[in-house]
Amino acid sequence: MRLGLVIDLDTCVGCHACAVACKEWNTSGTTGALTDYHPYGAQPSGVWFNRIRHFELGDYPHNKTINFPMSCMHCENAECVTVCPTGASYKRAEDGIVLVDQNKCMGCNYCSWACPYGARELDRASGTMKKCTLCVDRIYDMEIPEEERQPACVLTCPAHARMFGDFDDPESPVSRAVRERGGYELMPELNYQPSNKYLPPRPTRPIPTEHLRKRGIRQVKDWIHQAVTR
Amino acid sequence: MHPALAVIFLTLFSGGGFGLMALTALVNDFQIDGGLNPLQTMIALIISMAFVSIGLLSSTAHLANPKNAWRAFTRWRTSWLAREGVFAVMYYPFAFLYLVWVFFTGGTHDAIGLILANLAAIIGLITIFCQGMIYAVLRTMRQWNTPLVPANFYAMGLAIGATWLAAIQQITTGQPDPALIGIAAALLVATGVLKGIYYFWISRPGGPTIRTATGFNRFSVRILDQGHTFGTFLTEEFGHRLPPAKAKSIKILMYLIAIILPLALLAIALWGQVAALAVLAALLVLTGFGVERWLFFIEAQHVVNLYHGRQQC
Repeated sequence: MRLGLVIDLDTCVGCHACAVACKEWNTSGTTGALTDYHPYGAQPSGVWFNRIRHFELGDYPHNKTINFPMSCMHCENAECVTVCPTGASYKRAEDGIVLVDQNKCMGCNYCSWACPYGARELDRASGTMKKCTLCVDRIYDMEIPEEERQPACVLTCPAHARMFGDFDDPESPVSRAVRERGGYELMPELNYQPSNKYLPPRPTRPIPTEHLRKRGIRQVKDWIHQAVTR
Repeated sequence: MHPALAVIFLTLFSGGGFGLMALTALVNDFQIDGGLNPLQTMIALIISMAFVSIGLLSSTAHLANPKNAWRAFTRWRTSWLAREGVFAVMYYPFAFLYLVWVFFTGGTHDAIGLILANLAAIIGLITIFCQGMIYAVLRTMRQWNTPLVPANFYAMGLAIGATWLAAIQQITTGQPDPALIGIAAALLVATGVLKGIYYFWISRPGGPTIRTATGFNRFSVRILDQGHTFGTFLTEEFGHRLPPAKAKSIKILMYLIAIILPLALLAIALWGQVAALAVLAALLVLTGFGVERWLFFIEAQHVVNLYHGRQQC
């Protein structure tokens, strides 16, 4: 098995719900707590397994906003595991999930240097490195209904922009999605062979809206837009 | 990259300590200018072990969870950091036994003495290589991902060792030794050249860009929002950078302190018979390479910065 996520950049609305759900689940999970620093202070910060960046593609008027969620890619060629001197970082042979044994980690930061995707964050409270577990404490839990045995980020996504599954199975939904939509890896030139794949936005034509605008008001609005400088 | 003092001290002092050990063994092996006398050998060994100890102890300050530090020796099959730890600790018994041997028998260059000295020296040199490889294996930072990194670590460790050995020799005899000063000067020049090649190398653009990082190869890509309001671990650890103009002036300063001034001082010490200047040169070399190590860290640009607004790393 090679478990991982597929992120649909076409439908992601950038709401950060995956990051919040992740934090909520994992702060009481196997690698919790995910410490917050000064949560009510002037400059709150903390440990997150999931971070969403926002990019602009192209130049106006042919531009587009892309919301870009990133978490651990559970790479096939996980250098973070290779460089770990203590053996705290390991990649599970049975499903490919990369984990950090919190009892072995000495907090040297070396694995975070080796990770190109910024998936690893040091928890200053525990002094150990923490990262996405692919909700390993949830996906194998026989006590919860089968359809809920998915990572918290996938379950919560309101836009269904996240998919979870086995990339070794060519007919799994994630494999099909990657095949049909041209899913790709980030920074393939570094040869980390990340499991997580990203689906590019679908090509779409602009939806015509000109005819919806009332003629007279539009002229006034255009005149105001020209008169008012930003 | 965050220039953590603990890691700067680790690579600087332990590199210098191993370099001093290697030079001590070399001078006694070939009896360069008659070799070192027992007192000089012992001082060199004590300084070497003190440097390595300063380096290793300060490295533990970099650990967020040092109670697990003993585990760092376990993964030597895959991790250069673990290999460094294993070899650094292996160096101690041989260096210490050589010290004991010289103390009790005065045998700086008899068979047993030389075996111990050379074993300690070779293990030290292997440790410097492991130290360089810790950085050179990281494909995430192109400023580090080059064979020039271990080469430079060697050059600097040996240059520190050679200048300190020259200083020890002069302090104990009051007479400057042309051979030792010559070795130190040659190594300083070689280090300057190697470092220059490194700076030329990292000044070329290369490595992943914002396009391969996001996968949008046919568009211009700009960051709109990093997704966090204040700093994260990633921005604190990797977000540091140095404006090019400032970097250039610090590099000139580094060359001045680490190479040009020590060379001048060594020359004056030799021609003017002023032993104290060699000590000053040795201190300057150590300080200058400390500045170099700071530059080495702060100039390394991790590819994760692409997700925080850099267009290229």
